[in-house]
Parts: sequence; C-alpha cells; structure tokens
Amino acid sequence: MAAEGELTASSYIQHHLTNLAVGEGFWTWHVDSLLFSVGLGGLFLWLFYRAGKKATAGVPTKFQCFVEMMVEFIDGIVRDSFHGRNPVIAPLALTIFVWVFLMNLMDLVPVDFIPHAAYLMGVPYLKIVPTTDLNITFGLSIGVFLLIVYYSIKVKGVSGFVKELTLQPFNHWALIPVNLVLETVTLIAKPISLALRLFGNLYAGELIFILIALMPWWSQFALSVPWAIFHILVIVLQAFIFMMLTVVYLSMAHEDH
Amino acid sequence: MSINATLLGQLISFMLFVWFCMKFVWPPLINAIEARQKKIADGLADADRAAKDLELAQSKATEQLKDAKAAANEIIEAANKRKNQIVDEAKAEADAERAKIIAQGKAEIEAERNRVKEELRKQVAALALTGAEKILERSIDEAAHSDIVNKLVAEI
Repeated sequence: MAAEGELTASSYIQHHLTNLAVGEGFWTWHVDSLLFSVGLGGLFLWLFYRAGKKATAGVPTKFQCFVEMMVEFIDGIVRDSFHGRNPVIAPLALTIFVWVFLMNLMDLVPVDFIPHAAYLMGVPYLKIVPTTDLNITFGLSIGVFLLIVYYSIKVKGVSGFVKELTLQPFNHWALIPVNLVLETVTLIAKPISLALRLFGNLYAGELIFILIALMPWWSQFALSVPWAIFHILVIVLQAFIFMMLTVVYLSMAHEDH
Repeated sequence: MSINATLLGQLISFMLFVWFCMKFVWPPLINAIEARQKKIADGLADADRAAKDLELAQSKATEQLKDAKAAANEIIEAANKRKNQIVDEAKAEADAERAKIIAQGKAEIEAERNRVKEELRKQVAALALTGAEKILERSIDEAAHSDIVNKLVAEI
C-alpha cells in the first residue's frame, strides 16, 4: 500500500517497515510505536488496576481469577529466582511480562488491517507492533539496565560495585584492566542482548508475515495460519524470556560476592 | 531503523508504568490473593477438624449405642426374671387359694352333711318316737320315757 504510484514487492515491504515519524535527526519520534506501546501499557494497567480495586478474599470473578493467576505466576517466578526482598521486582516483572506480551500480540493482527485503515484515513505509515522497533526494546532494556546499576550500587555501595567490575574474575591488581574490560562487556551485554533478542524475534516474525502477505490472496492462509500459530508460542516465549532475564539480572545485582 | 527520541519516550513511560504497577496494581492483588490463601487454608483446617470431630462423635455414638443395647438387654433380662417370679408367686398364691377354697368347701360339705345327719337323726328319732307312741297308745308317759328315747337317739 505504498503511497507513491507503483506497488512493487520491495516498496510494499519498505512501506510496512517504516515508522510514522515526526521530527528530525535524533529528535525523531516514532509516533506509531509510542502510541501503541503506551496504549497497550495503559490498557494493561487499567485492566489490572480495576481488578485490583475490586479484589477481595471472597469468591473471585473470572477476570479477577485470570489477573490473579498472572500475579501468582509472576510472584512464584520472582520467589524462585530472586533471593532477597525487594518490593519493586515483582511488579516490574509483571509489567514487563504483560506489556511485552501485549505489544508482541499486535504481531498476530493481519499485517494490512490497521495500516491500511490508517492509510485510508490519511496516515501514510503505521507500524502497529511496537516491539519491532529497536527504540522500544532498547527503551525497556535500558530501563532494566539502569535498575541493575542502581541496585548494584545500593546493595553493594559504590566501592562494592567498582570492586565487582575490577577484581573479577581475576583477583589480582595487575589484571584490573583486563577485569574491567571483561566485566564492562558483561554488564553492557545484558541490556543489548535483552533488546536485540526481543527485537530480532519480533522483527523476523513480522517480516515473514509481510512476505506471506505478498503471495496471492487465496494461498496466504496456507502459510500465515501455521506461522501465526507458531508465533503464539514465540510471542509468549519472548515476553517470558525478557521478564525472566530481568529478574535474574536484578537478582545478580543484589548478590554480594 | 535508527535510535532516536522514541527510546526516551519509551524509557519514561516504562518507568511510569512500573511505578504505577508497584503502587496501585500489585499490592491490592497480592493482598487479596494472600487473604484468600489464608481463608482457604483456614477452611481446609476447619474441614479437617470437623472430619476428626465427626469421627470422634461417631465412635462415641457407637459406644453409647453398645452401652444402651447392653443396658436394654439387662433390663429385659431383669424384667423376664421378675415376670417369672411374679408368675410363680401368682401360681403359688392361686394354688394356696384353691387349696383353701377346696378345704373350705369340703368343710362346708362336711358341716352340711353333719347337720343333715343330725336333722335326719332327729327326724328318725321323732319318727321312732311317733311310731312307738302309736304302738304303745298312750301307755307310755312321754316325760317318763324321754330319757330312753334320747338314749336311743344318741345310739343311732
């Protein structure tokens, strides 16, 4: 559905991979990614907030049951993997899991539905899956990274954090530069791997949906249905991995060596 | 596909969402879950206790039933014994009564017989006297010979 004249396969794909952007240079805002991301996050918080407000110890409604199942699931995981007490970790994990899942879920909406509707309303570009935008995944993983650094310093103190960076894995003063390089790479690799893993999986999935959409309309279901069913697994798994690794990283940040 | 200000927007909204979740979403939910867990645990404990109580009550009831049966048997046995005793007593009394009545009857019969005998004897004596009077035709003084007649009467 390219805006300009001739519709070729490459322009179609190109069009689907372009964000609706406002601004110049670094101060470009991907309005579509932010809109869907914040919208889905808001939806999640609104639903769960409503369930939380009505929650009692009595017989729960079905929706409350569902919400409580999620909460209990996250609570169990945090209890198992996070040693120590921190009231932030469990809500953080819940937010990441549900939010990332909802953003991934947009991948299952047929690729032309919403963008084409938006095109008819005069919006030239629209990417509805926020997690196929590197900025979104990096936004999440840098948030996690900041928490890792914050809790490392809070639990171990600045000197403890510096010691962790310089005196591991080789506990000898002569090897401090080597340690520093190794540990810094380890530390930096955490947010990068988090963001790129989520982005890569969803981007690849979205691309395949777009490629399938290039086939004749009567044959698309033969590929898109199996891929979508497989993708249900992928989107839950990626949300779970992001959440699980966040918990594990933060647990490591709390550990004193 | 470049890094740009979208990242900052996402970062800020991420922080806000986590803060909101931590403040307003997580606590009521986890509290409700924990309260329900406690309620269910209490309920299960109560059920366990009730089952134990029931078992206890049942065994108690069985024991009491057994006791009651034994008591009832004892009472029935005592009643039987008493019945037999009463029947025996009644029999003995009735026997005695019968014997008494028979004896009385016999005595009455004897007395009647004696009376009738006496009467008969007197009538025979009178008859004999009348006969003798007829035979002797006034020759005998009634007063003078009454002692002979009386002797005769006594002999009969």
